[in-house]
Amino acid sequence: MNPNEPIPQPNLQAGPSSDQPIEPNRAKQAAHSRRAFLFKLSLLANGVVGAVLAVPIVGYLLGPAFRKNSSDESWIDLGPLSAFPEGETRLARFRNPVTTAWDGQTGDVPCWVRRVSGTNFQVFAINCAHLGCPVRWFSESRLFLCPCHGGAYYEDGSRASGPPERGLFEYEHRIVGDALEISAGKMPTLAACASTPQALTQIAGVEATNNAVGVRKPEAQNLKKRCGSCQG
Amino acid sequence: MPGMKQAGLRIYQWFEDRLGLGKPIIDAAEHDVPASTASWWYVFGSAATVLLVLQIVTGVLLGLVYSPSAGQAWASLEFLDHSVRLGWFLRALHGWGSDFMIAIVLIHLAQVFLFGAYKFPRELTWIVGVFLLLMTLGMAFTGQVLRFDQDAYWGLGIGASIVSRVPWIGGSLVNFMLGGPIIAGPTLTRFFALHVFIIPGVLLALVGLHLWMVLRLGINEWPMPGRVVSKATYIRDYQKLTKDTGIAFVPDAAWKDAIFAAAILLAVMACAFYFGPFGPTGQPDPTIIQTAPKPDFAFLWIFAVLAYLPPSLETPVLFIAPVLIVGAMLLLPLVSNQGEKHWSRRPVAVLMVAVIAVTLGILTHLGTYTPWSPIMDAWTADPIPTVYLQDRTPLERQGALLLQDKQCRNCHSVGGKGGLRGPALDGIANRMTEDQIIRQVLQGGGNMPAYGNALSPSETTALVRFLTTLGSENQPPAFDASRKMVTTEPPHAAPTGAH
Repeated sequence: MNPNEPIPQPNLQAGPSSDQPIEPNRAKQAAHSRRAFLFKLSLLANGVVGAVLAVPIVGYLLGPAFRKNSSDESWIDLGPLSAFPEGETRLARFRNPVTTAWDGQTGDVPCWVRRVSGTNFQVFAINCAHLGCPVRWFSESRLFLCPCHGGAYYEDGSRASGPPERGLFEYEHRIVGDALEISAGKMPTLAACASTPQALTQIAGVEATNNAVGVRKPEAQNLKKRCGSCQG
Repeated sequence: MPGMKQAGLRIYQWFEDRLGLGKPIIDAAEHDVPASTASWWYVFGSAATVLLVLQIVTGVLLGLVYSPSAGQAWASLEFLDHSVRLGWFLRALHGWGSDFMIAIVLIHLAQVFLFGAYKFPRELTWIVGVFLLLMTLGMAFTGQVLRFDQDAYWGLGIGASIVSRVPWIGGSLVNFMLGGPIIAGPTLTRFFALHVFIIPGVLLALVGLHLWMVLRLGINEWPMPGRVVSKATYIRDYQKLTKDTGIAFVPDAAWKDAIFAAAILLAVMACAFYFGPFGPTGQPDPTIIQTAPKPDFAFLWIFAVLAYLPPSLETPVLFIAPVLIVGAMLLLPLVSNQGEKHWSRRPVAVLMVAVIAVTLGILTHLGTYTPWSPIMDAWTADPIPTVYLQDRTPLERQGALLLQDKQCRNCHSVGGKGGLRGPALDGIANRMTEDQIIRQVLQGGGNMPAYGNALSPSETTALVRFLTTLGSENQPPAFDASRKMVTTEPPHAAPTGAH
């Protein structure tokens, strides 16, 4: 549009001075405006094609974002119950149900299995609820400690101290025959912890029956809305 | 020889007739710049560009061997380090080049800020520069991911955990970032694409724009106090200054750029040679949890911020602060584009640079030794100093053993060894009474977990008895002032085992 305007103007001004150039100029003008129109049309066509092309490209790009959470989760066998002694917390590992052939070791996921007693289990994610670093279990002090920023959790996964705002993420679990199974498949984060509410009530229940120490009860109840300034 | 020169000129002319690039390039190189800009303070931009070229060359060379596959990447790095001739040196050059580039870009940023270079008419040059800084940091982060080791794996975990806090769309964003439900093959390939194609493409395009504007608008003149930028007169004044004091950029000013660039390249090579490549640390196997993940140097300050922010403030700060910081940097030249350029007339600017530099420096320093992290093996690695065990009762020595066994040392140092998360226990008896120690141990509080469940009453007694022996004899032991009111007994004989 802008480029075409300066060109015809000298012709128009030059036009009235002599009769002869009028015809070719008019023809040129007409041809130019026709070509300019065709150019605009071609831009429009390319815009449409581009928009159509963008649909599969954007769809491909955002594919992972639109995955249904439920499609990633499935029940995974963690091994026989006898592998987890009562009263102890053990590191277990499983192959993620969703993997690619080139995942290598990254497809193996660890988790902490706590057998409270009998068939009473808790299975915690390895990832700290603060920023996802791997928490380590210390059986002597009965604490999970995070190496990154010092988050600490009690043996039942509830928050003890440090920057995490909540307790450890828990996997849903069930006992099938003699095997412990958990529902897993996604990296547990604050946005992907569907089993949290259930887990929290479990913690509270365990707390009430198994542990008589009063100081920890408020921890479990206030878990969700804890803040750093309301400790101790 | 004259014949050769003639032949050479003929060949040049043959290409020049067809390409026509020689003359504009020579004209651009020889354009006049104010003599005051031929300064050692004006060499950082060109040094950053030279480092970018080094990064591209070494990056392409590493790409000849590196395998961007989650299952193989770590092994291909080990192969580069140990089995490819000079592979370790190329990795070291690329790694140190990256650190130097961030440092030079930051120095360049501070210099142009202090010299008022972002003011009219160079606002857009600054804005593009802000994006160049972000791209440089993006390259550093994605490059750290490509060094697919334990730190990279858990660094991605930290990234995903941060992204998951975005309201509403956090979960989708995590999937988008990881390329799947967990950190795995598709995660590495997308960071590979970012590091090798996407960000470098944007970076090169923006560097082109940045340089184009420097040529088009002229390099910022050396600021003088009282020489005020005004939109009405600046361009005329600048052209007059260039006309009056102009010298050819090449060679009159550019020799300093060239020498500094050579010095920087030499420094990168020296660091690469003496310190070697970065990592890789342990293999990216998430089931090996004996690790203390840490980001690369450029991001240690963020790591520190995340440790010190109150938990309730973390999410807002994580998402609002970057917007404010980047927004302020982008808006700066639009809000303040006239007036004084000289630093002596801009005390707030100088103060800002000083405060930001000191803040980043302190946070980075803290990040190098992470006092907020428990030391996971302190309880077995750092013994109680012998002097703390001499002349102690069996009960107190039992307490010392418990101090080790219950992993107190992971957070508390004794005799200068152990974690720094909690206070050192050396003078604890001077600070807390026995009752206070018992309460703190059993109920926790502050930053300490409660140990009521992990200690039997007899263990508590032994532990606390030992702790009450840890005090300086030159200071009085801590005592409960209220007790003095109700009893005539000396304060240090307060009843024990009050729990």
